[in-house]
Formats: sequence, C-alpha cells, structure tokens
Amino acid sequence: MTALLTIIVLVFILIAIWQMVKIFDLAQAKGGNDIPGVATDKDNTLNGYLMMGFLAFIYVITIVCCVKWGDLPLMSNSASAHGPTIDNLMVISMALIFFVQTVTQFLLHYFAFKYKGEKGKQALFFADNNKLEAIWTIIPVIVLAGLIIYGLNTWINIMGVDESDDPLVVELYAQQFNWKARYAGADNTLGKANVRLIDIDRANILGLDESDPNAQDDVITTELHLPVGKPVLFKMRSQDVLHSAYMPHFRAQMNCVPGMITQFGFTPTVTTSDMRQTPEMVEKVQNINKIRVENSKKLIAKGEEALESYEFDYVLICNKICGKSHYNMQMKIVVETQEEYDAWIKEQKEFKNSLIN
Amino acid sequence: MSAHADTHAHDDHGHHHKETFVTKYIFSQDHKMIAKQYLITGTIMGVIGVIMSLMFRMQIAWPEEPNVIFEALLGKWAPDGVMDADIYLALVTIHGTIMVFFVLTAGLSGTFSNLLIPLQIGARDMASGFLNMISYWLFFLSSVIMVISLFVEAGPAAAGWTIYPPLSALPMAQGGSGMGMTLWLVSMAIFIASSLLGSLNYIVTVLNLRTKGMSMTRLPLTIWAFFITAVIGVISFPVLLSAALLLIMDRSFGTSFFLSDIFIQGEVLHYQGGSPVLFEHLFWFLGHPEVYIVILPAMGLVSEIMASNSRKPIFGYRAMIASILAIAFLSTIVWGHHMFVSGMNPFLGSVFTFTTLLIAIPSAVKAFNWITTIWKGNLQMNPAMLFSIGFVSTFITGGLTGIILGDSALDINVHDTYFVVAHFHLVMGISALYGMFAGIYHWYPKMFGKMLNKNLGYIHFWVTAVCAYGVFFPMHFIGMAGLPRRYYTNSNFPLFDDLANVNVIITIFALVGGAVQIVYLYNFFASIFFGKKAVQNPWRSTTLEWTAPVEHMHGNWPGEIPHVHRWAYDYSKPGHDDDFVPQNIPLKDGEEELQH
Repeated sequence: MTALLTIIVLVFILIAIWQMVKIFDLAQAKGGNDIPGVATDKDNTLNGYLMMGFLAFIYVITIVCCVKWGDLPLMSNSASAHGPTIDNLMVISMALIFFVQTVTQFLLHYFAFKYKGEKGKQALFFADNNKLEAIWTIIPVIVLAGLIIYGLNTWINIMGVDESDDPLVVELYAQQFNWKARYAGADNTLGKANVRLIDIDRANILGLDESDPNAQDDVITTELHLPVGKPVLFKMRSQDVLHSAYMPHFRAQMNCVPGMITQFGFTPTVTTSDMRQTPEMVEKVQNINKIRVENSKKLIAKGEEALESYEFDYVLICNKICGKSHYNMQMKIVVETQEEYDAWIKEQKEFKNSLIN
Repeated sequence: MSAHADTHAHDDHGHHHKETFVTKYIFSQDHKMIAKQYLITGTIMGVIGVIMSLMFRMQIAWPEEPNVIFEALLGKWAPDGVMDADIYLALVTIHGTIMVFFVLTAGLSGTFSNLLIPLQIGARDMASGFLNMISYWLFFLSSVIMVISLFVEAGPAAAGWTIYPPLSALPMAQGGSGMGMTLWLVSMAIFIASSLLGSLNYIVTVLNLRTKGMSMTRLPLTIWAFFITAVIGVISFPVLLSAALLLIMDRSFGTSFFLSDIFIQGEVLHYQGGSPVLFEHLFWFLGHPEVYIVILPAMGLVSEIMASNSRKPIFGYRAMIASILAIAFLSTIVWGHHMFVSGMNPFLGSVFTFTTLLIAIPSAVKAFNWITTIWKGNLQMNPAMLFSIGFVSTFITGGLTGIILGDSALDINVHDTYFVVAHFHLVMGISALYGMFAGIYHWYPKMFGKMLNKNLGYIHFWVTAVCAYGVFFPMHFIGMAGLPRRYYTNSNFPLFDDLANVNVIITIFALVGGAVQIVYLYNFFASIFFGKKAVQNPWRSTTLEWTAPVEHMHGNWPGEIPHVHRWAYDYSKPGHDDDFVPQNIPLKDGEEELQH
C-alpha cells in the first residue's frame, strides 16, 4: 500500500514538473530566434538579481547561525590550562575565515550580478596579470606562515609532556562500549598490563600483571575524578577496536589503539561545581532543562517516563566509530579539589583487594 | 609532440561500421558511449547514496521515531519503523563509499574524462578502446557487488567509509564486518582495478593522441585537470589496493598486519604485532589524494564553463596549470592531517600541519582567478554557469574551514565532529557535485544531441544552492559545540539537547534539497527523448568538441581531424567579429597568439 502511494505521488510530481515546463516554455515562446535551452538576456537579468539575493542569503544564514549558536559554551568555557590557547587560535582563525568569506563571496556574487550578460555587450579580453597573481599568491603565503607558526607553537606546547611536573598518571581503558579509569596508586606508576592477562573469573578485567608490584595498589574506577590544578597524564589503551577519548571541555582528544599505548596530558583548571556556576553554563543548563521539560510532556502523553532534569557534568565521549552502541559510550568526569579527590580515591578498592580468589 | 593524430586519420573509422545493439549500447568501445554509461551508472548510485543520507538525516532529527519510509526501505532493519543502530552505521558507511567513489570518482571523472579527452584534444578515440570498455565493466561489476552487499544477512559494511580495523576486521565487533565487509572489500578492489585502467588510458591518450598543433600549453584546463587527476590516481590507488589486500589477509588468513592484543567477546585473539595506525597511513595515502581526484576534474570543468559563459579567457591560464600541479604534488604529502590524534608521533603532526596549510595557497590562487575571470565579463547565466559560480562559492566556504582542521592544535577539539562533516561536504562533496552538474548541463548537447530544459535547470540550481548551505552551514556550529559524527542518536547526552532543533532544521533542508533532485532527474531522462534538438555549438565555445557533428559517429569527425592553431580561450579577442575564435581557426595575418 505504501509502495503504491509512493508511486502515485511520484507520478503526480513528474506530471506537475511536465506541466510547469510547458507553462514556462509558452511564457517564453515570444523570443523568436533564441536557441532553445540557451540563456536569454531576460534569464541573465533574473539570475543576476538572484545572485545578489543568494549573497544576502549567505550573509543572513551566517549571522543567524552566529547569533543563535555561536556562543555555545564549548567555544569559550575551556576547563584546562591549555584550553585558552586553543580557543585563542580558534578565534583568530575564525575571524580570518569570516573576513575572507565575506569579501570573496561578495566579489563573486556581485560580479555575477554586475556583469550579467546582454546582447551586444563586449567582455574585456583580460587573460593575465602577473602583478595581480603575485599579490594573491604572496598574501596567502604571509597569512598562512603566521597561522602555521602560531599553530605549531601551540601544538608542540600541548603535546609535549613535561615529566618534571610530576603529573598524576591515569590510564583510560576503552572497550565496547564503556570506559574505565585506572589510577596508579601511591607509587604513581601504573602496573604492567596486557589483554592476554584478562581473567574475568578473577575480576582482573583490565589484564593487569598480578605479579607486578606496581600493579598492586592500582585503582580501577568507572568514573574519572581529577584534582583541580594538577597536571594529569593520560595513558590510553583499548582492548578491542579503535576508540577515541574525547573530552571536549578540556580541549583534549586522543585515539585508543589496540596493541599500543597512546597519551595525552592536560591540567584541569575549573572544578565541576565552579563550572556549574558560571553564567554561561547556568544559562545553557536552564535552556536544556526547558527543552527537556517540553520533551517530557510528549513522553508522558505517550505513557512513558519523563526525562530527568539535567545537571552539568564533564564527560568523556567516544569519538571514533566503534560499533553498535558507539553513540552511548561515555564516562562522567569530576574535577574537584585535592581534598575531595583524596577522600574519593581512598574509598576505592586497590587492585590487590579487588581480585576474586 | 602532437603529430600522432595523423596515424589515426584513416577513414574506415567512419559511420559505415556495422554495429549491433550489443556493440553499440552495451559492450561499446566508443568513448562517448562509455562516458554515458559511466554517467548513468553513477546517477543510479547517486540516487541510492542520497536516499541513504536522507534516511539517516531523518533518524538524527527525529531519533528512534517510527517512520513509514524506514519500514518500507529497510525491512527487518527497522522493526515497527524504528531504525536499528547497526543499519544506521551501515547507511552512513555505504553513503560515504558510494558518494566518494562511485559518484564523484567514477561518475565524474569517468564520464567527463571519457567524453572530453578525445574530443577536446582532437583524437578519434581513447588510446585503447578495449581497455576503456573493460574499465567501465569492472566499475559496473563493482557497483553491482556494492549494491548486493546491502542485502546480506548480517548487514552491509558499517565501519565508516574509512573502514578502520580492528572494527572492520572482526566479525564479532559488529554485524557489518562479516560478509558485508568482505563484499565491500571485493567491490573496492575491482573498483580500483577499473580506476587504474581508466587512468592509464587517460594519461596515454593525452600524451600521445593530441592533434596537430595541440601543444600541452594549448590544452583546455579540463584536459589538464583530467590528466593530473589520472596521474594522482595511478600514484595513490594502488596503495589503497594494498591496504585492502592486507586487510583481507588479516580477516581471512590470520595474519597480523593491522591487529594486535585484542580481547573481544570474552576471548583473546591470536593477533600480535600489527598496528591499526599502519592501516590509517595506507588508507589516507589514497584517501587524501582521493579528495583531489574528486575535486580537480570539477575544477577543470568549472574553469572551462566559466570562461565560455563569461565570454572571457580564463584568467591566469598558466597559474591555473601551476596550481593544479602544486595541489597534485601537495595532495600526496598531507595524508597525516587525518591522523593528528591517532597516536602518531606529534612531531609528524607538525610536518603534516605545515604541508596541509600550504595547500591553501594554490587553492586561493584558483579561487581568485575564477573571480577575476567573471570580472568585466558578459556573463551568460546558463544553468552550467550557475553551478560553476555555485562551485566557487561552496569551494571557498568549505575550503576556508580547512585552515582550522589542518591546524593540528585546533583539530584536537573538532576532530570527528560535525565540523568535519560540514567542511568536507562543502569543499569536496557539494563542490564536486556542482562541478558534475555544471558539466552535465554544459555537455548534455554533446552527449545526447538534445538540450536540457533551462528553466528546470534554474529551479534545480537555486533550490539546491539554498538547501546545500542550509544543510551544511549550521553543521559547523554543532560541530564546534562538540557533537561527534556517526552517532545514532544524541539523546544519551543531555549536554547536546539544545542542538536537537538545529538537527531538525538541517534535515528539513536536506529533504527539500533531495526532493528537488527529482526535477533534475526528470529533466535529464525526459530530455533524452523529448528535449529540443541541439545545434552544433550552442554555447559558442572555442574547444574542438564543438566542431564535431551533433550526431555521434565512430572517430568523432567525418573527415580529417581539425588542426589546432591557438589556445582554448580566445573569447572576446579584439580584432575578431565574433566573441569567440575556435581553436581550429588559423591565426590571422599579423595576429599574435598570446603566450600565457
């Protein structure tokens, strides 16, 4: 039945197009010696004006997007020490992009409007101009040289891990479709591990080497807690397929690759509770909760449960396609004071005590 | 260099050849027929690819809501009309594969390289008509296998079009990595063979079969673009083939090229010592040049169409060639910018940032040259011209955000988000599609001897243009908000709840933009039969294909092949009565040929 209806609708659409074509053709039949299918002066004029209209459309959609969605807190509310440098570079690049975009789109569409064809008009035979071409080769060279130097500087600063900072070492362990965190314990050295050592029956789920003294005090958790202001060095591991540890608020991302250990380091600078109180976040959360209330009404009407109200938390998101439940592979991140962190970690079981004998 | 044409001038190539239906329409060795076969196969694949994208867009906008379209098209994958998460990933994967390879590589390059290379350089046909035929039929075979793979029991390939192992290598990691992935790999291996045969043919034809007077610096930019595209293809496609073969070995014969230390579904696998990062290197060694394989032919078509419809020479002919060469060279040394956060050495990331941002320079030169080409022109707003202007517009918009993605420090935060999706769809998806549409509107009279209806062309262009921006412009913003791509639904992240309405807007634009392609399809197919008859040179262009008769014939020209006396862009040249001087018209006494 659906198929039949679809076919009928399609047939109607095609007939409508056919009729439209006939009307258009009749309306334009007066031209006389025009070649069918080739633009006439009338077409040139109409489309020239539409070009200006389209330019306006591009500008409007740009402004609407910037006003409505340009201030999403992720652009401005970074929560790591290196975050502001990335955001600065982003803002500079964006400003440059908007400038070039505005100017070049104007030139393109304005010329398309201004020089729309007319019978008998003569185009300018202008095939080459070395000076002009030199200008628009050299200007991008200079601008890009600046961007490259700035960008590489930032990149090297972010990716270089300074071991002398005595960072907190944390392993992020990915599996279809959840995350685990492993803390190194008092010795701040992660015990050796390999997936071949996984023993589900003994609850050795990350494959730690039970004979390694460094492994004994390791702590495995399902939430990621970080003390504020302390450098963290993440060591990433995956047990099955590629995953990517994406922590957007901290401007951090690194793939988790089976068979190798990857790393990324940063220093969290804003605790979860402080972030919740920033005006941007308060506004965002209010807005989200308004949307959730609306959605809940619909759910209740359908006889389903209402959505819980949202409270902001940092998240670790999987950002590399990893299978069916890729869209729901997340871990809560809590940034807290050193004291809160110490209290929390003390409550967790050490590896040697978590094994089932 | 260009005298070889004479050897092909024997006249028994004329239209007295006895042809059966099979040799004329099916196993044809005539480049014009093969071009049409490529185009129609590519169109069918394109329709499949676009319908897939509309389906997953509907899922993103209205997650997990029942939809009769899903029920009708997805069958068991949409119980009660609700799309399954596995098939969502499969749709995303096959959409990417089909659009990149089957539509924008084979459909675009295959169609226009075949149609235009012999006609524009003044050759009777391709260097090897037989290889050309084989090339098309391998492409057809790979298309058929790709379509068949949609119907396997456990589902089609679903690891993303980049098919990174281990996800793509282990059937237990996801349903689509079983038979579906096997068929995907077989299809792609055949596709690569087809592409290589085609590319070799294009290269040899351009180098050896140019007519008398057609020096390399008199070639239309279309031919330069096709030629360099073929060279990039020959350099990079074999690397993808090797990646695919090694992946097949890992999957079926237990080798460990890309796999190591894997524990999945409660068991340890035997693989040891391989690395998925190696696969990423091999994949992107093709994957990045691939986007230039897609965009360069479109650039060539647009350059030609803009000059012809502006009634002006293309501005900076030599700079255009130089930038094609520069882009081609750089395209082979930037693949690592897809891998900044793959675990690759950060120093290597610095190198790739450097080479990547360099590509902006030749790209900027091209954009400025196009804009200067229409400056003080006498613009004929044919649908092909509109799509060419649209091409430059989307190429600029999409290209500019490459500055962000190519910058490793910034890529950390937008990698694999919708920002990337917006960027590449604008710069190589929509742009290349515009280039293809421009080419179809412009050379339709040459292909079918009929004119397309221009008013339908206008509707097609303007609605498509508005929708393309409506879809991909807002997408940048949800990407910058951190929304990852390839998510079946975002409802598990309340953090992203405020982006849901943006996704609805995007999907509505996508549905309208998809629907208006029906106007184009109607125009395309109806005009073959009912279109107005074309004149020989409807656009008053200078290139050689318009000196050939409207009716197709083996060997392209009834008598001798025309000789070439000037470059391809003598539009509005002072001292001539007409505003164009075809390439086969000798220079007047005392007329100078501009050496650009």
